Amino acid sequence: MSAVASTRSSGLAGVPVASRIGRVERPRYARTLWGDAWRRFRRHRLAMAGAFVFLFLTFGSIAGPWVYHVPINTLNFGTSMAPPSALHPFGTNDLGQDMLARVMYGGRISIAVGIAAMVMSVTLGVLMGSIAGFFGRTVDLVLMRITDMFLSLPALPLLLLTTYLFRDPLMRTLGPQLGIFWLIVGVIGGLNWMPTARLIRAGFLAVREKEFIEAARSVGVGPVKQIFRHILPNVLSPVIVSATLSVGAAIITESTLSFLGLGFPPDVPTWGRLLYDAQNYLDLAPHMALFPGLMICLAVLSINYVGDGLRDALDPTRIF
Amino acid sequence: MTTYIVRRLLTAIPTLILISMVIFGILALAPGDPLGQFAANPDVPPEVRQNILHQMGLDEPIPIRYVKWATSWIAGNWGYSFASRTPVAGLLLQRLPTDLWVIGLAYLAAILIAVPVGVISAVKQYSLLDQIATTSAFIGYSLPTFFTGIVLIIVFSVRLRWLPFIYNVQVHDPVGMVKQAVMPIAVLALFNSAALTRFVRSSMLDNVGQDYVRTARAKGLEQRRVIVRHVLRNGLIPVVTLLALGLPAVFTGAVVTEQIFRVPGIGSLLISSIQNSDTPVVMAVTFTYAILVVLFNLVADVIYGVLDPRIRYG
Repeated sequence: MSAVASTRSSGLAGVPVASRIGRVERPRYARTLWGDAWRRFRRHRLAMAGAFVFLFLTFGSIAGPWVYHVPINTLNFGTSMAPPSALHPFGTNDLGQDMLARVMYGGRISIAVGIAAMVMSVTLGVLMGSIAGFFGRTVDLVLMRITDMFLSLPALPLLLLTTYLFRDPLMRTLGPQLGIFWLIVGVIGGLNWMPTARLIRAGFLAVREKEFIEAARSVGVGPVKQIFRHILPNVLSPVIVSATLSVGAAIITESTLSFLGLGFPPDVPTWGRLLYDAQNYLDLAPHMALFPGLMICLAVLSINYVGDGLRDALDPTRIF
Repeated sequence: MTTYIVRRLLTAIPTLILISMVIFGILALAPGDPLGQFAANPDVPPEVRQNILHQMGLDEPIPIRYVKWATSWIAGNWGYSFASRTPVAGLLLQRLPTDLWVIGLAYLAAILIAVPVGVISAVKQYSLLDQIATTSAFIGYSLPTFFTGIVLIIVFSVRLRWLPFIYNVQVHDPVGMVKQAVMPIAVLALFNSAALTRFVRSSMLDNVGQDYVRTARAKGLEQRRVIVRHVLRNGLIPVVTLLALGLPAVFTGAVVTEQIFRVPGIGSLLISSIQNSDTPVVMAVTFTYAILVVLFNLVADVIYGVLDPRIRYG
């Protein structure tokens, strides 16, 4: 976003005007589109809290294992299913493995899946939507029919089906962890790009007819540059919101797959997988389910609040 | 109107054909062996395996297999389950009553919670009640069903020992049936009512500021009458459409809840047949879900037109 912000600010900052007129009073800051959005976002207290919580979870799962040197796979049946204590802050699981270490490690994978799937679905959606919206006519018709068809696919059953059918060959070729990672990311991204495509297309249809695009065309700007340089930055706001929300949705989907036993293999502890393993010990060790579950909820809730705040912040009809 | 419905039905057919091709293609191109169970059995010699493949038509090219499958599907022959050796259609019908009872009640409960809460929080916007309602809807919408289900089990089954956490179809006494259905219904109702409440609220808010509401007030109608007779009638139009649109998602989404509480519905049938590589059942269930999605898209469009006379079918 920062790259876009810098190009925008040079075009929109109207500060020097005041000094040129020679008035003594100067505005305290340059008002830019993204600067305004950032100020509005900061005012949204829950969104700020959400951003902090999500950054904390991400940072904690990346950096946590560097500080908290407990291996995730050491078996110790002597301390199996121990409740939370000073030695094991999140308790241990049925094999005596430390839950905090596993939750931190699982966070890395779950958050990575969420972000990678979001990048994939946004990329696909932007490509489909901008091509359909920019070229119109037959291209638009064909691409939108495809989008409609994807929208009527039953998503969850297909997700379950494809991950189950293609997991073994991918695990063999790419290794258990990477293979499943790309499979899940690919399937989630491949089944979630449609709303983005529709948003982008609608935006393109509106912006395409504006005078500045006509001007760009008349000075000989090619279609690729028109799309990415001139139209896309103007239709990005709703996409940013939906991209944020789709990170949370992808985390839930990955957890759902793992929870149904169709996601990552048992030795790769993602949050969903930890919940799946905890299912049979709810009576003896509820902490095994509660901690990973709480992490999923916290992550998704904080992302959704960030999305909510972004929706308000990026709404250009808001004045202040 | 009738021509519109007919035309929509006609466009639904190619969509369904495409979807069935996609599902069939995924199943056919998948690198697993549909006869994996036979392959694992050392008593089945290779010639016999080849014979079975031939008998089932699995040695033919994929397009021909697809055409054969499609024609027999239309004729009402959905094939036989590999695992239980019974007709697929029978398996689905056998699971349907449980699904309708649990999911239907949950959806009904969700509507009964969401509509009043959404209306009140829109009418009294920014009041304490509205803030509580929107916050809890936001949280309920963000919590995945598998976590709420597990928390309910820990609280009500493990700690308090009030409710059983495994759904048992053999139970026939009314008290037992209600007791075992409470938690799955609560989980589904909570999730769906959260999403619905948000929608009802925003749809009501779209209408509260409209000119016709001011007119109704100006002619001296009391608040209750303005809300119930005027705003509600218009505000609920998109809600009814959403209800129709969301129904298939409620069915597919219930897969998770069914799995947590071991509810023997169509969703858990799907999971177990995916795990058993029971291709005919997987194909049938997935395609049934696809039909539901397409059908209820159509139903939603038609309902919208019936309820909102401003919509013209061109």
